[in-house]
Amino acid sequence: MSSGPSGEPLLAVHDLCLERGGRELFRDLSFEVRPGHLVQVDGPNGAGKTSLLRILAGLSRYGFEGRVERHSLLLYLGHQSAVKALLTPRENLAWHVAGESAYGDTEIEDALNKVGLYGYEDVPSHALSAGQHRRVNLARLYLSRSALWLLDEPFTAIDKGGVAELEKLLVEHVQRGGAVVMTSHQPLRVAYQVTMLSLTDGLPA
Amino acid sequence: MSAPAEAPATGAFCLALLRRQLTLAARRPIEIGNPLLFFAMVVALFPLGLGPAPDKLAGFAPGILWIIALLSNLLTSETVFRSDFEDGSLEQLLLAPQPLFMSVLAYIGAHWLTTGLLLALVSPVFALMINLPGQAIGALVASLLLGTAVLSLVGGIGAALTVGLKRGGMLISLLILPFYMPVLIFGSAAVQNAVLGTPAVPYLAILGAMLCLAIALAPLAIAAGLRISVDA
Repeated sequence: MSSGPSGEPLLAVHDLCLERGGRELFRDLSFEVRPGHLVQVDGPNGAGKTSLLRILAGLSRYGFEGRVERHSLLLYLGHQSAVKALLTPRENLAWHVAGESAYGDTEIEDALNKVGLYGYEDVPSHALSAGQHRRVNLARLYLSRSALWLLDEPFTAIDKGGVAELEKLLVEHVQRGGAVVMTSHQPLRVAYQVTMLSLTDGLPA
Repeated sequence: MSAPAEAPATGAFCLALLRRQLTLAARRPIEIGNPLLFFAMVVALFPLGLGPAPDKLAGFAPGILWIIALLSNLLTSETVFRSDFEDGSLEQLLLAPQPLFMSVLAYIGAHWLTTGLLLALVSPVFALMINLPGQAIGALVASLLLGTAVLSLVGGIGAALTVGLKRGGMLISLLILPFYMPVLIFGSAAVQNAVLGTPAVPYLAILGAMLCLAIALAPLAIAAGLRISVDA
């Protein structure tokens, strides 16, 4: 097993409070995410998981109290796959608007291969299924050089084998010194310590 | 340890964005063709409405050509960020480590290349259809090149502000039409002066100044508009 979380925090959250529609979703939420952290945000529908992730990513900039410090490049995968139907999977990744890094052709082929899209590299994406769109998006994880991953429901529309692959990838990433904050309703089946952040019961220890 | 995280340089990223937008446009040729078709149709209608007397048409030609160019730009400006907003690409763009100012310029640049530039290049054909005197064609093309770039930039502000709305079409017109007026005035004045044989250069210079101002300021407004639209 790897060493536990250590090192400088990649993300620090101080006294976060969020109110939506007159209801307090969470208050005084403070935590740090360090290299080696695998954090699963848990809570019923409407608990504010997606809102929290959008605040962490910096997409929501108003309407909450508290402070978020980001100390590394981050990769955010939201509900929408950001895959252009008119571009092929290869073009989607090569010209990705997230601007994380410039990928080589073989890197992209490798990544698409790993998400099970071998042979689909140059097929227009509108010919792919919804699950395959998600997989094109997940290929970004294999290419990513960002230390911090923020994943909103990454398992949606992914088959069982894909979920297992993805869990393996997440563990590899945190063992390499990255960190993951993700939302999911399914418990993660990984041989790694998962830090739970429950939005109903308050804060993790 | 994780590999050193370095993002590509802003220039390379913007070129990739430009290439992406142009490829997307090229795969939807109908959207490139639409404004040109609109231009052709309206130009063809004027002789029917005003009567085919060549002298009369020539007098109205500068204004007619510029008004149609403006309207066809207005038709397309709404779409600049629309599809990226709908499929989540816009969120990713906002999170990119490169300055949003430059990425936005790449988007607008691609929009101008596929609308304004083409319109300016084919405008001499339309100008002949309504009998614009030959000595004014140079001024027409130059004023359209400069003017449509300003229109694309200003239209981008409206597009950014309304991208989150289901039906932003009418609102965008209300928001940006007032800012289109100066471009229309100086653009058609440049052509008018060329028709009369007086220098068009001062008007073109003013259009150029407007373009400089728009390049410096519009991306700031567009970036802010996009952040608000995605946040809401």
